[in-house]
Amino acid sequence: MAPQAAEYLPILLFLGVALALSAAFVALPMIASRFTGSHKPYADKLAEYECGFPAFEDSRSQFDVRFYLVAILFIIFDLEAAFLFPWAVSLGAIGIAGWTAMMIFLAELTLGYVYAWKKGALEWE
Amino acid sequence: MTEWFQGQLGYGFGWFVSTLILILMIALPLMLAVAMIIYADRKIWAAMALRRGPNVVGPFGLLQSFADGLKVFLKETIIPSSANRGLFLLAPIITFTIALIAWAVIPFGPDMVLADINVGLLYILAASSLGVYGVIIAGWASNSKYPFYSALRAAAQMVSYEVSIGFVLITVILWAGTFNLQGIIAMQKSHVFFLNGFGFNPLLFPMAVIFLISAMAETARAPFDLTEAESELVAGYQTEYSSMSFALFWLGEYGNVLLMCALNATLFWGGWLPPIDWAPLYVVPGIIWLFAKIFIFFFIFSWVKATVPRFRYDQLMRLGWKIFLPFALLWVAIVSGYLMITRYGALA
Repeated sequence: MAPQAAEYLPILLFLGVALALSAAFVALPMIASRFTGSHKPYADKLAEYECGFPAFEDSRSQFDVRFYLVAILFIIFDLEAAFLFPWAVSLGAIGIAGWTAMMIFLAELTLGYVYAWKKGALEWE
Repeated sequence: MTEWFQGQLGYGFGWFVSTLILILMIALPLMLAVAMIIYADRKIWAAMALRRGPNVVGPFGLLQSFADGLKVFLKETIIPSSANRGLFLLAPIITFTIALIAWAVIPFGPDMVLADINVGLLYILAASSLGVYGVIIAGWASNSKYPFYSALRAAAQMVSYEVSIGFVLITVILWAGTFNLQGIIAMQKSHVFFLNGFGFNPLLFPMAVIFLISAMAETARAPFDLTEAESELVAGYQTEYSSMSFALFWLGEYGNVLLMCALNATLFWGGWLPPIDWAPLYVVPGIIWLFAKIFIFFFIFSWVKATVPRFRYDQLMRLGWKIFLPFALLWVAIVSGYLMITRYGALA
């Protein structure tokens, strides 16, 4: 196996251990409550929480479109960050040309950011 | 240790056993640390409100978290009848798993790191980004109003501050020239005269401050704890949870807070290096320095929680998108320009 990939094996193992630990934490109390007698479900207990009265409507209702806007803006800026990571680590190798190219790219994205701001996509009052 | 186990048990299995022991040496003390940090949080908060805090279970109430854990363990797991059962139980598992796995690449000392991968920082960014899934799955699967609204808020909040965290990390990477966390720590040695840490650099100090505040928002700590604003959303996306599945969200949340404190220490304040590059200080093991720094940052988190009133949601979004994002973007340009001139000789 390539030595590079071998460095990730402990992480894979860690993921397995972490999953097993969390799954045990969820499953064990469910088993334990069967034995201690605390497991007594009934209809009112299993109803969803709604301040003491039955829920009026489906909880998965319409919500504000601005949450979608935030998600879209996040994708744009996170992709931008993803472009910047390899550039940042190799700045010495790519020199002034690479730096200038990225600054032009950043300036263009700033234009888009200003547009989103002016359009009111960032307003939450 | 790995060699000894490999000699005893054969190459592959020996590696497996020794790595498993190393993982448990990180995961189990981490859970212990989370239990104690919850106690510390309550004590600090109580002291600032001139109360006593937990003081009944064990000496000075030290065993309070364990008593709470045991109590919660013996409770009934309630799955609401309208919930999506599989997803409902999956959400706390995801949250806690992700809070644990990021610790795989944190260096605790010169040779004390489980996986010394060359893209350590990217791995941490990826792992902490996954945290939002636990929250949104919990909110959706509960099929209840308050968890649903809370999950939407939490997702938008985490995602917003992740953007500024990304740009802050880029300034650190620009300066360090590597993604490897040991490499980043090595670059911080006597970074400013005899001081160990990027945070002492006036150009990077503002980024350290932004990172600290964004870390609070990312982990939904007060004053950014809008996801569980009791007066509006009951207990947030955890409303329908009970027993240990509820506790896993708590453990995961505090695990993430500790991780963010460790990242603050590692990226800006020298990690396991002593704060001053002076030989006698290196006698103290690196892990002690790291833990001391983590605790100082945790104290700041508690201090802020005890003293700063909660933000409104529009204020939170404005701070993230209209102040931190443009500032961090500008700072990427400034830091890279400064490095081009001074380190890579652009004008020479």
